[in-house]
Amino acid sequence: MTSGLRSAFNFGLLGGVVAWHACLVGMVESFSERRLIGETVELSYVWLVGIVLLIGYLKARNVQAPGIAVFHSIVSGATIGAALTLLALLTSVFNLRDIFPFASPRLVELLTLERGIADALGLLFPILGGAVLGAAAGGLALAPPIWRRTITVALLVTVLIGLLRDIFAAIVPRDVVSLIFTSRGLLPMGALVVFVVSGALTWLIGTFGLPGISTDASSASRSVATPWKYAYLGFGVLFLLTFPLWGKLFLSNVANFIGLYIIMALGLSLVIGFAGMLDLGFVAFFAIGAYTMAILTSPKIGTFTLTFWQALPFSMLFAFLSGVVLGLPVLRMRGDYLAIATLGFGEIIRILALSNFLKPYMGGAQGITSVARPEIAGFVISKPEPFYYIVLIGCVVAWFVAARLKHSRLGRAWMAIREDEDVAQAMGINRVETKLLAFAIGAILGGMSGAFFAGLVGSVVPKSFELLVSINVLAVIIVGGMGSLPGVLVGALVLVGLPELLREFAEYRMLVYGAVLVVMMLFRPEGLWPEAVRKRELHKDETSAPQRVTTSVTASTTPSVKD
Amino acid sequence: MLTLKDIHTFYDKIEALKGVSLTVNEGEIVTLIGTNGAGKTTTLKTISGVHKPRQGEIIFEGRRIDQLPAHEVTKLGIAQSPEGRKIFGRMSVRENLEMGAFGRNDKDQIRKDFTRVLDLFPRLNERLNQPGGTLSGGEQQMLAIGRALMSRPRVLLLDEPSMGLAPVLVDHIFAIIKEINQQGTTVLLVEQNALMALAVANRGYVIQTGVVVMEDTAKNLRENEMVQKTYLGID
Repeated sequence: MTSGLRSAFNFGLLGGVVAWHACLVGMVESFSERRLIGETVELSYVWLVGIVLLIGYLKARNVQAPGIAVFHSIVSGATIGAALTLLALLTSVFNLRDIFPFASPRLVELLTLERGIADALGLLFPILGGAVLGAAAGGLALAPPIWRRTITVALLVTVLIGLLRDIFAAIVPRDVVSLIFTSRGLLPMGALVVFVVSGALTWLIGTFGLPGISTDASSASRSVATPWKYAYLGFGVLFLLTFPLWGKLFLSNVANFIGLYIIMALGLSLVIGFAGMLDLGFVAFFAIGAYTMAILTSPKIGTFTLTFWQALPFSMLFAFLSGVVLGLPVLRMRGDYLAIATLGFGEIIRILALSNFLKPYMGGAQGITSVARPEIAGFVISKPEPFYYIVLIGCVVAWFVAARLKHSRLGRAWMAIREDEDVAQAMGINRVETKLLAFAIGAILGGMSGAFFAGLVGSVVPKSFELLVSINVLAVIIVGGMGSLPGVLVGALVLVGLPELLREFAEYRMLVYGAVLVVMMLFRPEGLWPEAVRKRELHKDETSAPQRVTTSVTASTTPSVKD
Repeated sequence: MLTLKDIHTFYDKIEALKGVSLTVNEGEIVTLIGTNGAGKTTTLKTISGVHKPRQGEIIFEGRRIDQLPAHEVTKLGIAQSPEGRKIFGRMSVRENLEMGAFGRNDKDQIRKDFTRVLDLFPRLNERLNQPGGTLSGGEQQMLAIGRALMSRPRVLLLDEPSMGLAPVLVDHIFAIIKEINQQGTTVLLVEQNALMALAVANRGYVIQTGVVVMEDTAKNLRENEMVQKTYLGID
């Protein structure tokens, strides 16, 4: 076997392991009744098809010659298929159900296209299917970028719309619904329409660009013509302002959670993205904001009975103070040590809230109920739809603060501290003050988000403030793009919005989440919407080629030394 | 102008400086030469306030500065171009220079100093919007010195400006150091390249394992037998 073929085979084995995993944890069997398109395309297959396509695509990108590339992705795809055939055989011959409850006869039926292992065609089906899909993936990898993007986007959009059928059905008019959707997924015709329309749109945008936006390929910078700028801006504002009207209860709820995460992530972005301090306990400030709101307003505690708006400044104030309190002792720590210390702080707050000792003041495990709802002009805002506007205003304020700070003197000082603390001091930057301010201002935003959360939900319990929240906020920043503000929006939409929409996969949420993060870090470490500088840094080898030419030209006239 | 009196600096329990005393007079170029680990960089870091001495005094223009935090020392007029250059790799050349003037508020004067630095280092002018990290070693050194000058220092501390540079560039850098000095900035230069350092300096100190062992004019040091043997490689 040549080394190229062996590599194709290895890619296939890797895919096979992933596919086995998906089968054995039940991602295939559990969704066998979940129809996406018509009566035939089930969600169960989508995972497996996705794995084969991804592996085949990666393999083909790895090879130079086009013919060999396709051949290799076919081999990879068939290998994955063979792994699945093997799984079907093993599952029927041995009883694996004691260990893997999902290694069931139903799985075998699914893998062999309902034919069972006695039928040769049934056994061959995964291998053939894998080979065909591998060929498709190889073709996709070789296609011109515009077609590749068109087809990928169209496929993803179709699957997504099929998945989110219920949500779309609630939004669009009933006549349209019956045209496109079945009671569970898309009609075959509807799927075709969605595929073609989304594909055509992607192709048009990819070929001609959005109207009014000229993309300068050489500098990768975009300029937007002024009238169009206002048009886009106007559309965006209109979209945001009318959202609860057509988004209804469910989407408003999702949007509120996205918004709360955006406020938190903007705060944490100041600490991590701007000042470079890895804070793993950011949930502490969220918790402090929420508990301050609850303690100050809830009649259940009874010491104070302020209104929501009266308590909000206190929430932010206490978060600020706790930011300073946390900041002081950990100022001297860097990197990993800081991360561990902040991690501890985050847990301390939660455990304090949970403790019996503080139960009279913080409610213990049951938490605090009857938190005051915000009231505007006599109207009590307790439903998610109107609350959306409060969260929206919070996001705008947080965004404004973060954006202004980024380009301020303080923002520069943070950046210098992030790059090199000692040198920053030598530039005349007060290290203590600068780092404390990052912590404290970040904490204010965290506290604000927490206060909104308490007012939105109406109660606070320690369980809402687990470590996972810190990790989620951190992931939002990293996936969006470290230090990038638009990245925070994208990250929150993807990491908070999608999981909320795809509630039916709650069981597999962390699995998918982990896989997405790993893949992200491998293929797009700079994030979805990175800062220009960071993108340049992480993709040095791709961009430095033309630079090298210029330096070699100058080297002949002036001495330039690389260290 | 700048005086160190019996300075002892520790890294935990290790005594890196065992009673260093030296003086830099206004307008001079003074060099501190010595081998690896002699305490050259520690001396500069102690002056700039990054490390606090455990004992001894540092007096700058009649004022004790040994217990001041680093950013205060900078504001008094002592700037440092650190060892290994340590420019802000992700900031552009322009931003690096602007960072140098962080502690100042006199915008007009800052603009003048900006022009002055670019006159000294025309190479930087060509690369103003390039990220610092993409510069060559020599350019980074120029940027580090330029950044230090942006704080309009009365004393400039230079830590190994010749490190890792090609001989042509070393000559160039030292010529500029001389020019900076002639424009009125006092320079304390730490170097392993004793030959070059003693060629531009007025006076020199030789430091060995945390102790100053010799102090003289640069000319006399160049002719001193021990210095020739140990630091100039002349037998």
